[in-house]
Amino acid sequence: MTAASKDADWTELMRAALAGDSGAYRQFLLAVTPYIRSVARKRCATYAADGEAEDVVQEVLLAIHLKRGTWDPSRSIGPWTGAIIRNKIIDAFRRRGRRRIDVPIEDVMDILPAAEQTSEISAREIDTLLGQLKLPQREIVRSISLDGRSVQQTAARLCMSEGAVRVSLHRALKTLGALYRRGTDED
Amino acid sequence: MVHSIAGVQMKTDQFVELLSGDAAPPRTLQSVLILAGAGGAASAAALFFAAIGFRPDIAEALGSPRFLFKFVITLSLAITACVAAARFGRPDGQMTRKAFLLVIAPALLLCSALVELFALPESQWMPHLVDHNARFCLTLIPLLAIGPLGCFLAALRHGAPSNPGLAGAIAGLAASGFAATLYAANCNDDSPLFVVTWYPMAIVLVSFAGYLIGRRVLRW
Repeated sequence: MTAASKDADWTELMRAALAGDSGAYRQFLLAVTPYIRSVARKRCATYAADGEAEDVVQEVLLAIHLKRGTWDPSRSIGPWTGAIIRNKIIDAFRRRGRRRIDVPIEDVMDILPAAEQTSEISAREIDTLLGQLKLPQREIVRSISLDGRSVQQTAARLCMSEGAVRVSLHRALKTLGALYRRGTDED
Repeated sequence: MVHSIAGVQMKTDQFVELLSGDAAPPRTLQSVLILAGAGGAASAAALFFAAIGFRPDIAEALGSPRFLFKFVITLSLAITACVAAARFGRPDGQMTRKAFLLVIAPALLLCSALVELFALPESQWMPHLVDHNARFCLTLIPLLAIGPLGCFLAALRHGAPSNPGLAGAIAGLAASGFAATLYAANCNDDSPLFVVTWYPMAIVLVSFAGYLIGRRVLRW
């Protein structure tokens, strides 16, 4: 796939996502992940293990999620995605005690994806942060991610309305973003 | 206390499932900034009409080009800074292409001051420049800017600025554009020589406050 057609694909997916298509949104996130991983692993290679790169990948994905309202749908999504990745990778490494790191300004569309043999690698940091959530939120997060239940199934299991589960999930993700930020500020 | 949610670690595709469960479209930064502009204008106007008010000779002043040109300058500052805030609140907002926008208001101000230097005899320069309202200018503009600055900073927390301090400073510029517009309707010093001397001092003060607060609260 060429850089231009990839950018066009991602832009289409995110436009559909912002119009309320959650399937397109999932597809978008899955499509971007290998590229984020590629950048993260390059930065981590001289510094830490693969699990750490996966921590960074998840932090970047969360930032994309929480800040997607700042993307202007009339533009292509490549430069925006690249800017989020760059900003968050700097934050992630700063939190790990590196004062200054250089993240070269590379076009995300020119990066080669890194997806091989990484699907079994899990992240550790997110697990610790999710553990700081309050109980109903933690249970919802666990049910949807680790147990693979849908929002509907989770609602039924916890005897909550679907709307309440969605609100709670949204708050949980915002809290997660704040927990990451707190770690960066302390440094 | 820190728990592990499952003792099992989360894989990234499981995390993606979690994120796509929260797929409801978010508010756009632009819509939040428009709300902030309306809220900021309302709060500053409320303070203005409650405590400050128009100058007594407002009806005659409306016929004076010097009086009216103050609004050309302050409104162009308010508008260009709002556009810049929408730009710098985004992670891919670049200094390069839209930066010329922020030059418009200072350029208008400097031109008007130059014209005034030619229009007035030299003996009149200092009286027009110093005049009696300088102290009000330096206190009322920052005071009127507090509400709008709070609104713009709150809105930019929905943003993702690559440079939080800069985004905060631009929020300060936009807020002082609103404040200066209202203050100009109260102040009876209309000479561009007065405006060019005192207004920028007040505006820089507000922007610097925006910079300091932005560095702290606009990180994401």
